[in-house]
Amino acid sequence: MTAPLIEGLYREGDPIADTAAPAGPIAEKWTKHQFDNNLVNPANRRKLDVIIVGTGLAGASAGATLGEAGYNVKSFCYQDSPRRAHSIAAQGGINAAKNYKGDGDSIYRLFYDTVKGGDYRSRETNVYRLAEVSADIIDQCVAQGVPFAREYGGLLDNRSFGGVQVSRTFYARGQTGQQLLIGAYQALERQIAAGTVKMYARHEMLELIVVDGKARGIIARDMVTGEIETHLADAVVLASGGYGNVYYLSTNAMGCNVTANWRAHRKGAYFANPCYTQIHPTCIPVAGDHQSKLTLMSESLRNDGRIWVPKRREDCDKDPREIPEEDRDYYLERIYPAFGNLVPRDIASRQAKNMCDEGRGVGPKVGDFRRGVYLDFKEAIGRLGEDAVRAKYGNLFDMYKQITGEDPYQVPMRIYPAVHYTMGGLWVDYDLQSNVPGLFVTGEANFSDHGANRLGASALMQGLADGYFVLPNTIRNYLANGPFEKVDLTHPAVVEAQDSVEGRIQELLGINGERSVDSFHKELGNIMWEYCGMERTEEGLRKAIDLIRSLREEFWRNVRVLGSADTLNQSLEKAGRVADFLELGELMCIDALHRRESCGGHFRAESQTEDGEALRHDDEFAYVGAWGWGGDDGSPILHKEDLQYEFIELKQRSYK
Amino acid sequence: MATSTISAGKRPRTRSILLKTVMAVTGLIFVGFILAHMYGNLMIFAGEDSFNEYAHHLREFGTPMLPESGFLWIMRITLLVSVVLHAASAFILWGRAGKARSVRYIQRRGEWATFVKRSMRWGGVALLVFVVFHLLHFTTHTINIGGTHDTPAGRLVASFGVWWAVLIYLFAVACLGMHLLHGIWSAGMTLGLNTSLDMAERLRLVSILVTVVVVVGFALPPVAIFLGLIP
Amino acid sequence: MRLTLKIWRQSGPSDKGGAVTYPIEGVSEDMSFLEMLDVLNEGLIAKGEEPVAFDSDCREGICGMCGVMINGEAHGPERTTTCQLHMRSFRDGDEIVIEPWRADAFPVIKDLCVDRGSFDRIIQAGGYISANTGSAPDAHATPVPKSQADRAFMAAECIGCGACVAACPNASGMLFMGAKITHLGEFPQGQPERDARVLSMTAQHDEEGFGGCTNLGECSRACPKGIPLNVISQMNSDLLRAQRHQA
Repeated sequence: MTAPLIEGLYREGDPIADTAAPAGPIAEKWTKHQFDNNLVNPANRRKLDVIIVGTGLAGASAGATLGEAGYNVKSFCYQDSPRRAHSIAAQGGINAAKNYKGDGDSIYRLFYDTVKGGDYRSRETNVYRLAEVSADIIDQCVAQGVPFAREYGGLLDNRSFGGVQVSRTFYARGQTGQQLLIGAYQALERQIAAGTVKMYARHEMLELIVVDGKARGIIARDMVTGEIETHLADAVVLASGGYGNVYYLSTNAMGCNVTANWRAHRKGAYFANPCYTQIHPTCIPVAGDHQSKLTLMSESLRNDGRIWVPKRREDCDKDPREIPEEDRDYYLERIYPAFGNLVPRDIASRQAKNMCDEGRGVGPKVGDFRRGVYLDFKEAIGRLGEDAVRAKYGNLFDMYKQITGEDPYQVPMRIYPAVHYTMGGLWVDYDLQSNVPGLFVTGEANFSDHGANRLGASALMQGLADGYFVLPNTIRNYLANGPFEKVDLTHPAVVEAQDSVEGRIQELLGINGERSVDSFHKELGNIMWEYCGMERTEEGLRKAIDLIRSLREEFWRNVRVLGSADTLNQSLEKAGRVADFLELGELMCIDALHRRESCGGHFRAESQTEDGEALRHDDEFAYVGAWGWGGDDGSPILHKEDLQYEFIELKQRSYK
Repeated sequence: MATSTISAGKRPRTRSILLKTVMAVTGLIFVGFILAHMYGNLMIFAGEDSFNEYAHHLREFGTPMLPESGFLWIMRITLLVSVVLHAASAFILWGRAGKARSVRYIQRRGEWATFVKRSMRWGGVALLVFVVFHLLHFTTHTINIGGTHDTPAGRLVASFGVWWAVLIYLFAVACLGMHLLHGIWSAGMTLGLNTSLDMAERLRLVSILVTVVVVVGFALPPVAIFLGLIP
Repeated sequence: MRLTLKIWRQSGPSDKGGAVTYPIEGVSEDMSFLEMLDVLNEGLIAKGEEPVAFDSDCREGICGMCGVMINGEAHGPERTTTCQLHMRSFRDGDEIVIEPWRADAFPVIKDLCVDRGSFDRIIQAGGYISANTGSAPDAHATPVPKSQADRAFMAAECIGCGACVAACPNASGMLFMGAKITHLGEFPQGQPERDARVLSMTAQHDEEGFGGCTNLGECSRACPKGIPLNVISQMNSDLLRAQRHQA
């Protein structure tokens, strides 16, 4: 690479573009594309092998659908069963442009809301298609027996969610993700029984095999026996989720990791917009250094709860009930009189951080810092009565009590923001294919549909849209050229991949240093949260990059991984994941540093309006930042994909 | 295209639910028998003659359509088949449950469930032994307690004048009560009657009610005889 | 808090295993049970001992991955998942016995981790509605009475953690299976395969080596989602109906 080093951190490569989407009116593109895409003769399908990594909504639905079509699918998950994937934890609901309420919803409106909600950093063609297939998802799920909430007439109920003006969210109490995932899981199990899908549970992908420029398989570790297995295929689909666990504490599951994506990235796949992370304002705060994960509570709590911190620092360790009204600062109501406690997620989160940074946080000190603000229902209980509040929020109050041991009917809740979704991911085109032919990426693992910020109830929609309806109709165009030339297990690319995995495992086990894997992970998480969290500055990001580099250096010198490689070894699993997070963290900071604008979940302190709102710079940054791997000693290479807004006009968000 | 649908029942092993169903049906047959038996026993309170009349009538029941003792034999065969099926199913399930957890817990809570489980199994075995004893005693007269008597009532009164015979019978009634308390509920569950939380309540109530009636009904005659309340 | 932990250690499926006692100090009541085990493991690593293997993933009580026997109770003394159990449920000085789920259908992999693949195979046997992608009619084509939809949802809340099997004196998987059969059987969409489903799933259940149900209700009492016992009765009823239809 001869391009000059920019800011001492990265180089700029050739611009890229999505060449897969057909020309023509946006409403006709997908229909046309499905017709244009080649078909695969049913008799040939069973000769074509597809590997799918991950069994969340995007992976399980794709596995089931490709299995039904007759392809030979191999499905991988690190959990003990495909039903455990973290899609299961989504609470709120799933959007679909059904317009069952007759309130003026349409495909176009869902498309528009999603692009706007994404702060104009997503690709129009992909988002339109997402809105277009959304209605089919609901039909499919109902046919599978997903128990959506219903009205007394027996028809499906909808609610309005995430500040949109139409009711398009389908839900199953607070367990929508669980019900949708179990539906997809059951469809997948049906194909496993039919023999079209072979399931590899407790298997972790550790390397991508690229032969002659095409993705042709993966190296996976059987997490029970420790065996390193080579799986070859005609195409590889990564549906391995997001990378929020780079922050150590997040609402992600303990095992969520970036390894599959990162290994693919190191083999040539571009990683797009890694700095776009969504931070949710209403989570249960950290209770101590032992904390292993954060739990989200529905945003609906802000409809009736009032958020405040003490006006004076001295009051922070007082019992909140003893702090009189005049000593309380209802800061959201003060700063945003129009929206008050209902300001968008990113603003609510950032202001909570500001209050705590000022030393006015509440709750137990973690380190020497209090991370929490009050969410007070006293006024609501007085106004509506305790029973009405219980009817509305009872399950959330119970969950809060179970975790904190405090009764929110008596004492104000404490909340704090937490990382819970990553909009960035591997770059894909309209076909959901990465720049590595044969490597497809779906769901949260890709970058495609949410721009710089995701709307509520859209993650489930995207996962299932990709898996049930989009991928099966695009991958066939690629597979129609197959079966590809058979790859031998002795092929140099296969041997190289296998050796590198084994070498890495031996290296991790051989360091035998002083510090546990978790201690490195926690430290990385602190750095990321501090400098690449809700508010980012040039200075902070530069500092973070230095800190991460030295932490990574120490990791490879001083980590302690006990046990052996040939049994279940959870430390070893974690070590491999943290090693990849340590590389990803740096790229996230570089991406955040290079994007000198604020947009959606990426807030640069240097780029804000007078009111403290995010300020985009469309003239400079209306592009997808897709990063190429620059080698272990090299610097990442930025490829820009310009975003063309043909159908929607770019506007600045305002909540005043 | 791989559009599989479910293919039903391909494996030979008898489903445990079906074994349970056999137990439920045969168990309910016994409940019916026991209620009738109890009713008969209570005849003793109407005097020895009534009791003897009842015992004799059992043999005559159904005649002339059936030969002498015909009804009794139909009953005996039904009960014998039932007891064999009931016990055989129970032993098979007992064995399967044992194999389903070959490594035990170091520590275990749920004492009540364990107690009920044991009382069903060991209590069931005890009942089986008791039935044999009972038949040898009152049916074949192989065992004589309190001297030989010609009439059923005489045998009854003489036997329950002996304290240990009363104890044996009361112990058996206690086992029977425990067995019924869970057994009736369990039969209802197995036969699919518990379809809602309300139905569960009703099922519980019925099993408690029948149990109380049976225990009291069976305990009364021996106790009353022993205390000399029956002339 | 200072506690004494008695934890089942087993290096692999073929190892015999045994309980090992670990004292632990500095446990805060705000810790979750699994965070307490995290702390123990950090201490073991520092001492150069291999950490205790246990499963967990979401740690918010919904994925069903975690689950251990705590003092003889599945998921411990409260009706919740192990990950949502907090140390304030214990007292300073307590001895806590921690064991894996015990059932031959759930063989131990290592320490507290078991293989619950048998649950997946029961689902494979028929725990689904055959609806290929793209073949579905409009979602409003078939209204479902709310009472039925609600009962289906109640049964569908099962997280597949296996506590029912662990708590059952017979190591039976009937509550898990009954929940799925009730869930799908309440829907009009689930009717065409209703007989075949119950026949196939119950056969698979027994094939996996689970014990039979004795209707004691320990499963339902241990279930972190409170699935009621009547799903088992529903399944029994469905099976008898299917047998009649078959005959």
